[in-house]
Amino acid sequence: MVATRNTLFFSLLSLLLLLALVLNISLGQVAIPFKEVIKSLFGSTASKDTWEYIIINFRLPKAITAILVGIGLSISGLLMQTLFRNPLAGPYVLGLSSGSSLGVSFVILGAGILPGILSTFLISSYGIILASCLGSFSVLLLVLLISKYLRDTMTILIAGLMFSSFASAIVSVLSYFSSAEKLQKFTFWSMGSIGNLSWQNITLLAFAVVIGLLLSLFSLKALDALLLGENYAKSLGLDLKKSRRIIILATSILAGSITAFAGPIAFVGLAVPHLSKLLFQTSNHRILFCSTLFIGAIIMLFCDLVSQMPGFDFTLPINAITSIVGAPVVIWLLVRKNRLV
Amino acid sequence: MSDTKYLLSTCNLSIGYKSKSKVDVIASDINLNLESGKLISLIGENGIGKSTLLRTLSGLKKPLEGAVLLNSKNLKEYDQIDLAQNLSLVLTEKLPPSNLTVFELIALGRQPYTNWIGKLTETDLEQINQAITLTQIEYLAQKKYYEISDGEFQNVLVARALAQDTSIIILDEPSTHLDLFHKVALFKLLKKLASESKKCILFSTHDIDLAIQLSDEMIVMTSEKVVQDQPCNLISKGVFDRLFKDENIKFDSEKGRFMIR
Repeated sequence: MVATRNTLFFSLLSLLLLLALVLNISLGQVAIPFKEVIKSLFGSTASKDTWEYIIINFRLPKAITAILVGIGLSISGLLMQTLFRNPLAGPYVLGLSSGSSLGVSFVILGAGILPGILSTFLISSYGIILASCLGSFSVLLLVLLISKYLRDTMTILIAGLMFSSFASAIVSVLSYFSSAEKLQKFTFWSMGSIGNLSWQNITLLAFAVVIGLLLSLFSLKALDALLLGENYAKSLGLDLKKSRRIIILATSILAGSITAFAGPIAFVGLAVPHLSKLLFQTSNHRILFCSTLFIGAIIMLFCDLVSQMPGFDFTLPINAITSIVGAPVVIWLLVRKNRLV
Repeated sequence: MSDTKYLLSTCNLSIGYKSKSKVDVIASDINLNLESGKLISLIGENGIGKSTLLRTLSGLKKPLEGAVLLNSKNLKEYDQIDLAQNLSLVLTEKLPPSNLTVFELIALGRQPYTNWIGKLTETDLEQINQAITLTQIEYLAQKKYYEISDGEFQNVLVARALAQDTSIIILDEPSTHLDLFHKVALFKLLKKLASESKKCILFSTHDIDLAIQLSDEMIVMTSEKVVQDQPCNLISKGVFDRLFKDENIKFDSEKGRFMIR
């Protein structure tokens, strides 16, 4: 009975994903007839060159980025919620995104201080990814270190919050001393955008996300064991240290690389795992992993659609949209369930 | 396996906590021998170190000195999967919040045997269902674990340990939140499992009266020493008289229970 219900849900999710993808590609500031969209996607020439150009070089990469971002952030949230035994954990809440911001701000705002070649490397996309991953990785390590001393899961969130404010304080100091041009670059990055990635950058992001997902896939059994707490997990033969290391690595690669390319994006990582737990009513990580993949991609595609504001000629920052959608979802979950899992 | 009849034994074991600055010894020179097919209870007053002893015996904690031998092999030489196939636990700690059903919770006991992604085979399902039947919790299987009573939950934890299919089960104060009826039912179940499935079951408890009546052997922890023997021998040796250092509590060796003066 449960199995058939799950199959039904997964088929529905696949349909929704397809719908979200088609809508995301066919709607935008420039109205393009649906038939022309399909034509350009499948290789034949559209009636207007500009339409084809918009589809292939702007909307398709953006849709793919949205999917990668949605998937990666949601999975990293799922891993963190189980690892920290905390339903409110997520890459944004625990300060990982702020850590990434700090890393990136060092690179963008502070690059001028370093000698020429080094700063050219750092300011390239590789440098930004590296800085961003390192930033989120170090914050995650710090949070984990602190969580050893704090048995209470709520205080871990407060610690995450403190890291966020600490990181943003450093960013403020850096901004104060940097030029207007660099500051603008950083500000745009921090608003979050999934719109202007080159195909080369998308390949890079996809590569990082796939590695993160593979590591997560190998952690699913460990995550299931961790549902019973660390002592039971150990008594079930789990190599706790190793599993924890893999999970942390996966989360920081996912959150770090995504934040590097798309900026800090709030609430997706927190809300999506909850939606999938609510929908599937399970804690089995094999099911949650798959459903989180789907829901993450769908939500991000829809958020991006909203941020494009079809029919208007401006684009809203994606971070604002995910917060506007995500924050009420979390509050609604808290009130409705009164018991988050 | 080895020629000795003891499943789990300790050799001049010393337990406690070690930090950088000091070593805090809780008990030392502990020599225990646990056989298969026996229900063994561990008693002692609060804070005497029962949990520490159980955690050391189960390998969650390292001994300060001496050794714990499982099938005559030092516990520290076991890798974690191997150990998990020989020794299972029921702990006092609360589970983190999750959506696990009773069945899924019990199925997690099969982790030491499943493949990299945790897929359950026919054998695994058989073991799980057998554990459910033995503990008589078929009616709970599809419920969420947080929807059931404390008494039922304790049975579920026992079933999880059974599903792990180990020769030794160690339980830390399994009877704490239960009423008398459920305590007796749980102890009877443990007794039945020990004698019928030839398992060695070790549990700590504060229900000394019940433990005296049902255990095959008892381990008594006092601040001076740790003694293991059959309940009747412990009574005749007068071990229980010295268990609590309070004038108002007296052990009545005829009735086999504590009385308030």
